[in-house]
This record gives sequence, structure tokens and C-alpha cells, in this order.
Amino acid sequence: MTLIVPVLALLAIGVVHLISAIIEPPEVETTTIGYVDEVGGFDGYTTQGPIELVRYDTQDDATAALLEDDVSEYFVISSPYTSMGVINRYTLEKQLETPPATQAAIKKFITSNILSGSVPQETIELVQAPLYLMITRLDETGAVATEQGGFGNLIIPGIFSLLLALSLNFFASYMVQGLGEEKESRLIEVLLSSVSTRQLLTGKVLGLGVAGLVQVVVWLVSAPLLLNLASSAFGGFFSTIQIPGNFLVLGVVYFVLGFLLFAALSAGVGAISPNAREGQQLSLIYSMFAIVPLWFSSLLMMFPKSPIWTVLTIFPVTAPVEVMLRLGVSDIPAWELAVSIAVLALSVIGVLFLSIKIFRTYLLMYGKRPGFGEILRNLRSG
Amino acid sequence: MLAVEVSHVVKSFADKVAVDDLSFSVTQGEIFGLIGPNGAGKTTTIRMMMDIIRPDSGEVTIFGEKFGEATQNKLGYLPEERGLYKKLRVLETIIYLASLKGMDRNSAEEKAGELLERTGMLSNKRKKIEEMSRGMGQIIQFIVTITHDPQLVILDEPFSGLDPVNTELLKEMCLDLRNQGKAVILSAHQMNQVEELCDRILMVNDGRAVLYGDLAEIKSRYKSNSVLLDFEGELGDVPGVTEKRQHRGYVELLLDGKTTPQQLLERLVSRGMVINRFEMATPSLNEIFLKEVGKNKK
Repeated sequence: MTLIVPVLALLAIGVVHLISAIIEPPEVETTTIGYVDEVGGFDGYTTQGPIELVRYDTQDDATAALLEDDVSEYFVISSPYTSMGVINRYTLEKQLETPPATQAAIKKFITSNILSGSVPQETIELVQAPLYLMITRLDETGAVATEQGGFGNLIIPGIFSLLLALSLNFFASYMVQGLGEEKESRLIEVLLSSVSTRQLLTGKVLGLGVAGLVQVVVWLVSAPLLLNLASSAFGGFFSTIQIPGNFLVLGVVYFVLGFLLFAALSAGVGAISPNAREGQQLSLIYSMFAIVPLWFSSLLMMFPKSPIWTVLTIFPVTAPVEVMLRLGVSDIPAWELAVSIAVLALSVIGVLFLSIKIFRTYLLMYGKRPGFGEILRNLRSG
Repeated sequence: MLAVEVSHVVKSFADKVAVDDLSFSVTQGEIFGLIGPNGAGKTTTIRMMMDIIRPDSGEVTIFGEKFGEATQNKLGYLPEERGLYKKLRVLETIIYLASLKGMDRNSAEEKAGELLERTGMLSNKRKKIEEMSRGMGQIIQFIVTITHDPQLVILDEPFSGLDPVNTELLKEMCLDLRNQGKAVILSAHQMNQVEELCDRILMVNDGRAVLYGDLAEIKSRYKSNSVLLDFEGELGDVPGVTEKRQHRGYVELLLDGKTTPQQLLERLVSRGMVINRFEMATPSLNEIFLKEVGKNKK
């Protein structure tokens, strides 16, 4: 998975590049839309980009043209329009609403015809597109900030949060399965005749932490290279993609801590599970939390200041993926990051400590899984 | 120095006492048999020796110390139920598990090569564990147990599931270990193997020691006053013999309290009888085992 992701991205760039070199861009298809003008005065501006508007004298003529496939649809400007703005649109297609391109073309046609002759052409164009908001973010000193935000800023953290959630799930499941198999095959007894429970589990957890570190470093190194490649090959949106300034450091911190926490949780689940299959079912409980921030990502974009994101940033199981996402959407206060990292690091130590304790108690329980109450009792009694 | 010393060890699980005040010791240069019926507490005892589970009371020391990092590397353990990483190759498996015992890669590879050669498995060193038969897997696991040259080797039911050829091979290797001055603990319920290999035994039943000591001494304690005789010709009445029990290929003669086997032999030879076999009838370990376990069941 570590190398597959950049290799696949490289392949995708190559394939798109190859296809764009071989295949000529398709010609823009012209659509013909009919209209019936019962009010009068709507006879100019009939070419709106790729949409051609054709006038019919009556609605019957327009319907006949629609049925004969001369037009893809038609609309009627009847007398209520001037007082209520109502225009009736007729189509053979089942649609949720009018396609934006069609709506824009009809709107421009109507406004152009209404304003034609009354105001200059520039005014007509301004009415049709009154503003194009250019956002400039300033820093605390009033200077233009280096990181400007926007969707270009969200892409890399968004991709990393998705990949982190997938990796955490994959590695947690892998670890639970590995421990389950070692228990099932009793190889665990051979291992524990060589190393202590603490050494065994700490080794496994650190091993997974290193796997996370290698993965994030490979991805972080390959991301700017791939972006440059994509930007020089395709330009457009790719050239607007930025990696947030603190993303490199926080990416490494949260990847590693996330891997360590999920590995420690998996060690605990592996300890109480009689076999690999049951262990994997149990691991779904915390694996699900890694996905939770992704479920709410659209809400995060709409309401970036909601306190719910602070909770998800501090809650250790959701923190790694939530922080990745938030770095792309908005700023995260320094205190939140500090608390989040501290809670995550303490959780890793705490969960690992409990997992070692549980592991020793339930190591030889091959037949059945202990109940939650029993585990708590055992932990209390030491 | 004693390789293992177990003193008054007790271990209970929720519903039963698995090991009840068990004490024994194992010295270097001996094969020590830990025998008993299924569920007697053998594996629990071994797991306590390995510190996999802790006793409720009592103490276990390995080479005079409590089980810890210092003793771990002196010890090789073959658990009752075998298992290795199925996807890993034979040589890598041996090297990895030997490295956990503090062995460097080159020494582990060299020793693994020697042991694979000796067991006729060298050609399989690049194969994955999952490609091995069950018996071959067991031999590999035995090699894993001894690659790091442990001073104490604990073998839990090492012969179960092995064919006669591999059983012989394993026995030879156990004897070699003893001859090298290592302590070998053999937990088994196949009495003939124990009888053949062990110098001393501990028989446990229901978690308690039933018999403990030198095997020859234990057997002599259980011997009956009878001899086994295979001969040619007619036996007739023999003074000092109270009963004759006919077996296939030999006859068992029960002596009265005043006649010794030596005297009986002299009497038979003086009759000019051709004697093919004259043997003191000592009970097999199996018979002793059945007697002791049966006694406890009553």
C-alpha cells in the first residue's frame, strides 16, 4: 500500500497524458432548444454558447418539433411572465431539475432580450455575471498570507485523510489477524519463551508505528513530485493545488501516533479474542472511528467553526483523520493541536499498558472471549 | 547447578486445582520425564516453568534464577500444539526464532544448516512452512527449539503424530542433547518412549506428584518376585516356583519368598536345560502408570 498509492497516481498521470495525446478533444455538441414567445420581443440572442434557441409560433408546433426530435426541449414565455416571471419548460426526459447549463442559457437569453436597446451591451453582461469574488487572505501583520486556502488547499489533506483511514483499518486488521493466528497456532507460547509480553507487544506496536512513518514519508515525498508532474502535464486545477505549510510535520506526527494507537488497540483486541476471525470483528468497533471524520467531511466544509470538530480533534481515535481533514479546510488553533497530540500520545501509552495486562491474563484463553465486566474485574485485581 | 527447581507450586483455575503442591528438580545432563494422564497438570507445570502463567504459590527457578531475560535464552521450548508462520520459509523461520533468543543471523543460519542436514531436511530450507507435511513441520519446530544451543530443553509431547522414522530421529537427538550435558524435560504420555529415554521421572496425576525419582529405582520398587523364561525342552516341576504363567513365547515363573532368581537359574542350568532368555520380571512403566493412575481413580 505504501508504494502502490504513488505508483498508481503516477500511472494515472501517465495514462491521462497518453490518452490526451492520442485522442483529440471531442467537439462541443450543439443543443437545440425551442421556445414559444407569446409575450413578444424575445427574438435576439438565440445563440447561447453551445445552445441554439429556435422560435416556434405556437406550442403545438414546438411539441411536434420535440416529438420529431428537432429540439431537445422547449419553453413557453407566456403572459404571466411579465408579472410573475413564470416560464413553462417542456421536455421528454425525467429530471430532478433543469440542468444548470440549460437554465443559464435561458436566463441569459431572457435578460439579454429584456435589456436590449435600453442599456449598453457591457451593462447587459454585468447584469448576467455581476461579480467574480477574488479572495485574498491576509496574515496577522496585514500582509498577503502564504497559505491562501480554497479547494486547492483541501485536495492533499483530503487525499491523505482518506488514505490514513484506509491504512489504519488495513493495518489494525492485519495486526489482529496476525496475533489471532499466533494464538491459534500456539506460536505465541514459543515467542513468549523468548521475549516478555511487554517486549512482544511493544515490538509489534512500534513495528506498526514505523510502518506508518515509512508510509507517510513515502507519500509526503512523492506528493509534491506527482503534483508538479500533474500540474505541468495538465495545468488547470492541478496548478492551484497546495500543500498546507504545517501539513508535513503534522502529517508525520498524526500518521505515526495514529498507527501506534490502532496497533495498541489491536494488541488488546488480539489478546481477548480466541481467534483471528473474532478479533477482526471486534476491531471494526474502533476502525469505524477512523472513518467517522470522512462521513462528516461535507459538514466540516460548510460549518468549519462548529465545536464538534474540536471534539473529533481531541478524541484520540478520530483525531488523526480529523486533523488531516481540518488542515485542508481551515486553521486549527494551536491549543487544540497541543491537547490533541498530548491525548493521543497518552492514549497510546495507556492502551498499550492495558493491552499488555490483558494479554497476559487472556493469553491462554483459546476457547472463548471474556465479557467486558470480567476484563474490568481482572484489570482492577491486577 | 540445578537446571530447574520447582518448589511447592500450586496453580488453580476457576473450577479446579490444576497443580497441587508440586516439587521437583531437574539436573543438567539428564533426560527428565514428566508423565501423567491427559489433564494431569503437565502442560500447566511447563507453562509455569516458562513464566507463561504464574503460580498461585510456590517458586520456580531456572539455573538458580527466576525466569527472566537472563534465562530465556538458555531455554528451548517445544509446545504441545505446534505452529509456525505458514507463509514464512523454513530457513527464515529458524533464523527469526533463533534471533529472538539472541543469536546472530550468521550463526543461526550455520546452525540451522547443520540441523537441517542432520534431519535430512536441507533440501526444504527454501520451502514455505505451509508446504511441509505435519511430521516435517514438527521436525522443523524441534530444530527451532534447539538451534540457539539451549542448556535446558523442554519438549511437550514431542513424539505425538510422528512416524517411526522421525520418532527414532528425535530420540537420537534427545540423547545427543543429554550427552552434551544439557537438561531435557520430556513431557509425554507414551510410556515406552519415556522408559527408553528418561533417567528420572515425575509422574503426576490430578496435579499431584504420584511418583518421583530415578526410573530404574522406581521400576525395581515395583518389580514382582518372578522371572521370565524362554527355554527349550520340558520344564516340569521346579522347586521354589509357586506358579507358572504361560505367555506367548515365554513363561513367567512366580517364586516363593525363599528362592532368589539366582538360585532358580542355577537349578535350571543344573538340569541341562537350554535357556534362551532369563529375565527378572520388572513391570513396564506403562504398567506402573496404569497401576498408579488406576489407584488414584479408585
